[in-house]
Amino acid sequence: MDSGVLQERADSIIIKRSGDHGCRQMDCEKASVAGSVSQRACVYCGARVVLNPITDAYHIIHGPIGCASYTWDIRGSLTSDSDLFRQSYSTDLREKDIIFGGAEKLKRAIDEIAITKQAKLIFVYATCIVGVIGDDIEAVCREAEEKHGIRVIPVKAPGFSGTKSQGYKLACDAIMNLIGNSPYKDIKKQGVNILGDFNLAGEIWLIKKYLKKIGIPVVSTITGDSSYASLMKAPSAALNVVQCAGSSVYLAKQMEETFGIPYFRVSFFGVEDTSQSIMHVAEAIGSEATIQQARVFTESEREKSLLFLKRYLPHFEGKKAAIYVGGGFKAISLIRQFREMGIDTVVVGTQTGKKEDYEVIENLVKPNTVILDDTNPAELEMFMRKMHADILVGGVKERPLAYKLGIAFCDHNHERKHALGGYEGVVNFTREVNLSLNSPVWNCLAGR
Amino acid sequence: MLDATPKKIVDRTALRVNPCKTCQPVGAMYCALGVHQCMPHSHGSQGCCSYHRTVLSRHFKEPAIATTSSFTEGACVFGGGSNLKKAVKNIFETYDPYIIAVHTTCLSETIGDDLKSYIDEIDIPAGKLVIHTNTPSYIGSHITGFGNMMCGFINYLSKKSNTVSDKIGIFPGFVNPGDMRELKRLATSMEAKYIMFPDTSDVMDAPNKGTYQMYPKGGTTVAEIKELGSVRKVLGLGTIVSKPAAEKLKVKCGVDFDLVPYPIGIRATDTYLMKLSHLYKTEIPAAIADERGRVLDGMIDAQQYFAGKKVAVYGDPDTVLGIAAFCLELGMIPYYMITGTPSDAFEKEGAALFEGYDVKPGVIKANADLFYMQQLIKNDPVELLIGNTHGKLIAKAEDIPIVRAGFPVMDRYFGAEQPIVGYRGAMRLAEMILNALLDRKDRDADDTDLELVL
Repeated sequence: MDSGVLQERADSIIIKRSGDHGCRQMDCEKASVAGSVSQRACVYCGARVVLNPITDAYHIIHGPIGCASYTWDIRGSLTSDSDLFRQSYSTDLREKDIIFGGAEKLKRAIDEIAITKQAKLIFVYATCIVGVIGDDIEAVCREAEEKHGIRVIPVKAPGFSGTKSQGYKLACDAIMNLIGNSPYKDIKKQGVNILGDFNLAGEIWLIKKYLKKIGIPVVSTITGDSSYASLMKAPSAALNVVQCAGSSVYLAKQMEETFGIPYFRVSFFGVEDTSQSIMHVAEAIGSEATIQQARVFTESEREKSLLFLKRYLPHFEGKKAAIYVGGGFKAISLIRQFREMGIDTVVVGTQTGKKEDYEVIENLVKPNTVILDDTNPAELEMFMRKMHADILVGGVKERPLAYKLGIAFCDHNHERKHALGGYEGVVNFTREVNLSLNSPVWNCLAGR
Repeated sequence: MLDATPKKIVDRTALRVNPCKTCQPVGAMYCALGVHQCMPHSHGSQGCCSYHRTVLSRHFKEPAIATTSSFTEGACVFGGGSNLKKAVKNIFETYDPYIIAVHTTCLSETIGDDLKSYIDEIDIPAGKLVIHTNTPSYIGSHITGFGNMMCGFINYLSKKSNTVSDKIGIFPGFVNPGDMRELKRLATSMEAKYIMFPDTSDVMDAPNKGTYQMYPKGGTTVAEIKELGSVRKVLGLGTIVSKPAAEKLKVKCGVDFDLVPYPIGIRATDTYLMKLSHLYKTEIPAAIADERGRVLDGMIDAQQYFAGKKVAVYGDPDTVLGIAAFCLELGMIPYYMITGTPSDAFEKEGAALFEGYDVKPGVIKANADLFYMQQLIKNDPVELLIGNTHGKLIAKAEDIPIVRAGFPVMDRYFGAEQPIVGYRGAMRLAEMILNALLDRKDRDADDTDLELVL
């Protein structure tokens, strides 16, 4: 293994060889190596990012202030109604609470919200020390539900209790806790739920628009732009489609078991994936007329998009991409999307990808491509240099690194500035990649 | 926007809404980044490290490196000693810093990890250093953590000496690298010999040269921190943030200190320069005096637009005090002064700023939050907000212009590289304030009232 790589990380790095088809297994889905500059967050973060977009919920962070501060309105999830979720609520535990226990304070905090009469739904997140000091938050939540007649759902998410994926599961459990007994579960099944889209830059609105165009009703969106009322309707859907698989397949499986709603994965990133996903939905629950409509719609959108892409292809000739994102499925979509743009992916990694995801990735990419799980800046730098990446797609912590190296960048995480999903996203993504790759500012760099 | 904030203020005893502070470790991490070739290390769950790096990257628009002990269930049961041991080994092997600065988190504090004995047991490579500080997240704020990390460095490194050097120590406080650079320029112009600690200039505002350096050229060196024990005096900027470290150095090495406010505005900058002048028996250079004259000239030119404007200043205690003092010099009223950091001194010093001025403050409050500040504004409005990015939501909801200063500023660029301290900083801050007020005036003016010349 190359120098600059921790010995313990060697099994989390795969270099694709020619003729190789995923025979080696990626070492993934485990805690980061102590002492590495991991780009990855914790269990609490996983739970928080999934539940955060529920717009009319109060999200109370039970713990010292940091975990509330850092997650205050961070996702860029848009809302069409309430903006309660954009405020930051916490118990701001102090030394006294650590010594005597924080349950009493949590009780009062819930009371102080309930008194406003605006609350229908409260999530209580227990962070690292809450379990250690022995607060029984389940009991507090149960009592509060009875006292105030609202839903108060505990999310026990101490940061150390696994990886970020564990947090996704906890969030899914919390949603099941919410909708498990919904009266809608006995209603005749029709329409779809969209799972695992968080309405960053309004992306869920695009997907809803497409499905509306071909005549398929969307029942509930989980959790982008959702509300207490809209989530409760979810059990009445005929189909679940899952965009961010890493966070939400677990929920889809539970909804299948509990409500008998089948599911499949979709991806609305890139022309081909978007078209395929729409067709897939139409064929699954649409009438013959719907399928025909979907065919016409996707064909015309596809043509428009390809025509658009064609104009940009000369700008991308010979360019190489590096990808470092949260989940495996997004990485796969991005590799495909870059291919549509004539760009080869030479480095690709994820924070929470699964073994199956890495197998797909390895089959997709060209020989010599570097595949990374839970990487760090040192590795990223080394491999991006070595593989001569021209652009990096990632999140906030990767951006300044890319810029320092004189590498273009596109944020495909919380800080995206426009929709990157759907056909509109193809236009936005292509433009952004082009602007960053070919910005005149690079010409000012020494040695160019 | 923020529709859930009612006008009526009800006392809260448990609920924190829209905080105006964050936790100790991020302050410790920022402090450690101001030491040359230092790897900040977060001893706790990996989310802490990730969040701190994210917020620092969002503010400085720079890579912010730090490592984590990456706690698991096992570490919580058996203690984090083996995680730290493994981490230290990995860090030196892979990232090769000169020194690792460990800070704790709420988790490692609560399970009772004894960092001192852990570090004593670690086999540290020859010529390398590992130090630590305790930063329990449930005490104080990021400002406390910044001070505690300074104390940690002093504790481990500063050496008392029989010979007093000609140098002084300058503690800049929790300010931007642009501020630190300006403070150094002013000190150099006064012919002072100084050690600035910490110093994030040329680290968190490193120039782009097409390469990535994990350890950029800036930062206080370990040798300098050792030498702090023998300086003739410490000038601590920020009476609240710099106090613990100044006291620590006094106790450990007998170094005297003066605490002065952040040099924001005319008088506070005068104080900073006069202290240096007194210590080094130098006159204030003509060029610096001219800088003072120029900003004063502008303040006089535009005084009618500043006059009587009510402002809400919020953020970190010393930053708020400094900006509020400058607001008063400009003829404005820092009507609300809000910090989330618990501090009795803040409220006392805030009230003292008004002595000699013919205006009265509205509310000066520490350990408060922005939800409360918004409620105050709903009941008795102000015409301008000055503070960090989080106030943007209030600015939008209440339709008030905002000037961004302090930490964190995540939605604007070029801020961290430039000062708000010194006369140049005063001019920059005055311009930002005036532009915000005048842009607003122009925006609100009827066509008939819109004036070309102001």
